[in-house]
Amino acid sequence: MNDVFRRSLVFSTFAVAIVFIGFLQSWNVALGIFNLCLISATMALGVNIQLGYAGIFNAGVMGFAALGGLSAVIISYKPVSETISLGGLGILICILILILGSALGVIVYKSNLSQAYKKILFPLIIIVVLLCLNLIGAPAVERIEAFEPAASGFLGGFGLPIILSWMVGGVIAGIVAYLIGKITLGLRSDYLAIATLGIAEVIIYILKNEDWLTRGVKNVNGLPRPVPYEIDLQESTWFIELCQIFGFPLVETSSIVVKLSYCFLFSMVVLTLFILSEVALKSPWGRMMRAIRDNEISARAMGKNVKARHLEIFILGSAIIGLAGAMLTTLEGQFTPTTYQPLRFTFTVWVMVIIGGTGNNYGSLIGGFLVWFLWVEAEPLGLYLVELITSPLSETNPLRIQLITNAAHMRYMMMGLLLLLVLRFAPKGIFPEDR
Amino acid sequence: MFLSAENMLGGYGETTILNDCSICVKKGEIAVIVGPNGAGKSTAMKAIFGMLDLRAGNIIFDGKNISDLKPQERVKSGMGFVPQTHNVFTSMTVMENLEIGGFTNQENLSKNVSEVFKLFPVLEEKQKQLVGELSGGQRQQVAVGRALMTNPKLLMLDEPTAGVSPLVVKELFEKIISIARTGIAILMVEQNARQALEIADNGFVLVQGENKYTDKGSKLLSNKEVRKAFLGG
Amino acid sequence: MDFLNALALITNYILLPGFTYGSQLALGALGVTLIYAVLRFSNFAHGELMSFGAMICILFTWLGQSYGINFGVLPTALIFLPIAIGFTALYCFFIEKFVFSYYRRKKSDPIIFLIASIGVMFFTAGLIRFVIGPSDQNFNDGVRFIFNVREFKAFTGLEEGFGLKTSQAITILTTIILCSILFVFLNKTRTGKSMRAFSDNEDLALLSGIDPNKVVLLTWVIAGGLATFAGVLYGLDKIYKPFIFLQMLLPIFSAAIVGGVGNPIGAVVGGYVIALSELFVTFAYRKVLAYLLPESMEPSGMMQFLSTDYKFAVSFIILVIVLIVRPTGIFRGKTI
Repeated sequence: MNDVFRRSLVFSTFAVAIVFIGFLQSWNVALGIFNLCLISATMALGVNIQLGYAGIFNAGVMGFAALGGLSAVIISYKPVSETISLGGLGILICILILILGSALGVIVYKSNLSQAYKKILFPLIIIVVLLCLNLIGAPAVERIEAFEPAASGFLGGFGLPIILSWMVGGVIAGIVAYLIGKITLGLRSDYLAIATLGIAEVIIYILKNEDWLTRGVKNVNGLPRPVPYEIDLQESTWFIELCQIFGFPLVETSSIVVKLSYCFLFSMVVLTLFILSEVALKSPWGRMMRAIRDNEISARAMGKNVKARHLEIFILGSAIIGLAGAMLTTLEGQFTPTTYQPLRFTFTVWVMVIIGGTGNNYGSLIGGFLVWFLWVEAEPLGLYLVELITSPLSETNPLRIQLITNAAHMRYMMMGLLLLLVLRFAPKGIFPEDR
Repeated sequence: MFLSAENMLGGYGETTILNDCSICVKKGEIAVIVGPNGAGKSTAMKAIFGMLDLRAGNIIFDGKNISDLKPQERVKSGMGFVPQTHNVFTSMTVMENLEIGGFTNQENLSKNVSEVFKLFPVLEEKQKQLVGELSGGQRQQVAVGRALMTNPKLLMLDEPTAGVSPLVVKELFEKIISIARTGIAILMVEQNARQALEIADNGFVLVQGENKYTDKGSKLLSNKEVRKAFLGG
Repeated sequence: MDFLNALALITNYILLPGFTYGSQLALGALGVTLIYAVLRFSNFAHGELMSFGAMICILFTWLGQSYGINFGVLPTALIFLPIAIGFTALYCFFIEKFVFSYYRRKKSDPIIFLIASIGVMFFTAGLIRFVIGPSDQNFNDGVRFIFNVREFKAFTGLEEGFGLKTSQAITILTTIILCSILFVFLNKTRTGKSMRAFSDNEDLALLSGIDPNKVVLLTWVIAGGLATFAGVLYGLDKIYKPFIFLQMLLPIFSAAIVGGVGNPIGAVVGGYVIALSELFVTFAYRKVLAYLLPESMEPSGMMQFLSTDYKFAVSFIILVIVLIVRPTGIFRGKTI
């Protein structure tokens, strides 16, 4: 009962904080924060599965989230027929060559050819594939990117409902996680962290530079929404009448309704994932995972296939992160590769999980909520603090101006302090893992 | 008595490994602790060196009660210890191992190095070689040499012949005798019970953390019960 | 003649920038490897330490410049480098005292150290952005070139040439000097040997009377000093950008791991391996081949393995290959 009480207390405190923001700033802001809290919590749930259940240090959260974002673009953006006719075939052939080349590589790897042959064949395959990509891919890409570069210059997507991309984002992230996990999961934990950090950087580089796919740094704007647009609401008669009946201001209410719709969708996802995670944790599978985490050697001695289990969990966690990434891009309505920064995406999510309580799903929820809340509110708070501290200086003092412009960056310091303090004084987090 | 560990009682956590165990050594003599596996031989040595907290018992060394000192402080007061494993710096040369051994004893460094080289001539030849590249027997010589660099009055060796080829064991024991001749007390835990007792002045046979037999080495060797139970007939 | 022209091109676009960047990576990787060897964890805050050192140096440089101090043809920042090193070492000292010493006493798992280092990284990143802001700072006020391409061409009469930037010469020379000092320190001095002993076998080092706190603090101070050098030299050579240092973690860690983590020689070699391969793989060889091949075979494409945008991916690919094929690195790692 004590647990339940503790949980209700912490969660209701958070609810009060959101309500407080609602009254103090505005309900729009409060809901905006809360929607991102939900997405953060989704990511935290994914990382918790990896870090908490299995002790896997995935420093590539950013990359998987970005893959989710990419899937939102590919699924929802309408196809650009001109570029497809210009270079679609070339790209398709390239994809086939890549798949063929990888398959050939795997076949050679698994075959019983001697090492000497393999040493010759592998570079040969790589060179041939690269050559083909250069000969067929490069001109196709050039043609695609040359088409109306200011407005288009990419292939577009399938024009399907964006909500589909949440699942697809999970699947894409899962597939990439499988490939990465195959290579890196045997590594020591800190090497794994470095390797995944690198993978994430590479993924972001690809998204930034392959303009034919993502428009690169030119961003993809105007992704369709799964919920109504404010302007449509404001123009529909039933909505206008509804607002008149209750006396709500039209414009503000429309944006609140939109945010509430997102909130509903996201809450459904978070709730489902949370329940599934809890069931998995309490199942024999979850118990086995924790047994492996606590004593890998003895688990291996008992005949558990540690690497295969780790691979499962790596895929699962990454898929959830991918899903969250797709949700985020859906909410923002645009895909901007440059916003993917490891501090914001990877390490902040770690902070969420660790502060909430590694291995505890309730902890991930509240960690995601609280840390995002602080991340956002740190800005006004930091500004207030800096203004207070520098108030003896004159308005035009360059130091004061400098510090006030940089005050927003205090959130990084706060994250660091928070992480260090929790790690030191409450290493089990807000909700310690149940044993 | 130069070292006398009296009525030691202790173990790890709840379990008791040493049960009223007493060990003593005189200057210039060799004392050997033997016994079956799990008898607490190494634990007894660790307790004497301060790596295990005792629940009861005293350790009197050179006339002083050192029961409360940390291992490092015991090294300062004149104890030298050669652990069973990880007893050398493998990534450093022979010479560097000796220098680190004499880290706190800088003034006698070159004198001590030449004494170690006199005792183990092979180390002088290989002084610039990395210890990781040496054979098992040579590594043990480095390990003993390193411990000697602090000018200890008591040298404790935890199974110095473990992992050393039988031919080298004899040579190593001869070196240990010559160390004892210089007036250093030697306390040794050994698996090679027969060979060890042959060179021992005193032997301590431990069984389940208790002193089962304590006598002159030669007497233990001729004791029928000891031979039957511990020396294979 | 054609061969010399090709060589001049490669020197200008691969060798000189490669050895410069490699030196910067080597200095960073040395710090990472020292921390790993002595404290046994991967310090994710190292990139931010480099940034911190560079920031302090820039602040003092500005202060100095406002009083009219300059270093003639050399960058003013070099005058203030020692002060920056002092501050960074002090910062490292505080980090050790307030963060890591606790986990060391508790003998925590290396992964706890790693998480703590991420906390430090966050805090330091915030501090830097708070003080100097997130934007680029150019603080190289010395003479840009020792000799430039045009002068080289005029001097040699070649069609192609290479220029030597002051920052390149400073970086490479400083790295050679620093590495020499560090290796002499580690191999010849009593303190250096005690550090190596501690890294090799902590328990035995303790039995030999080596003071662990001294060794650890010294390691932090050295790592902080090296980080400052790396950060300042990188900033002088390119530009100071606060966010670049998190990205540099990857090539730095790759360098340390490729060379054999915990092994200083490995870190230096790894730094050059990573830097040179980045440039070799992303260089467009068309002009070079035009000189070397007969006219009829002159290539039409860029002759580039990988687009320059994927420079960072190269270090990652090398890292993965090394981790799979030879996880201990080129020089067997683990201890110094």
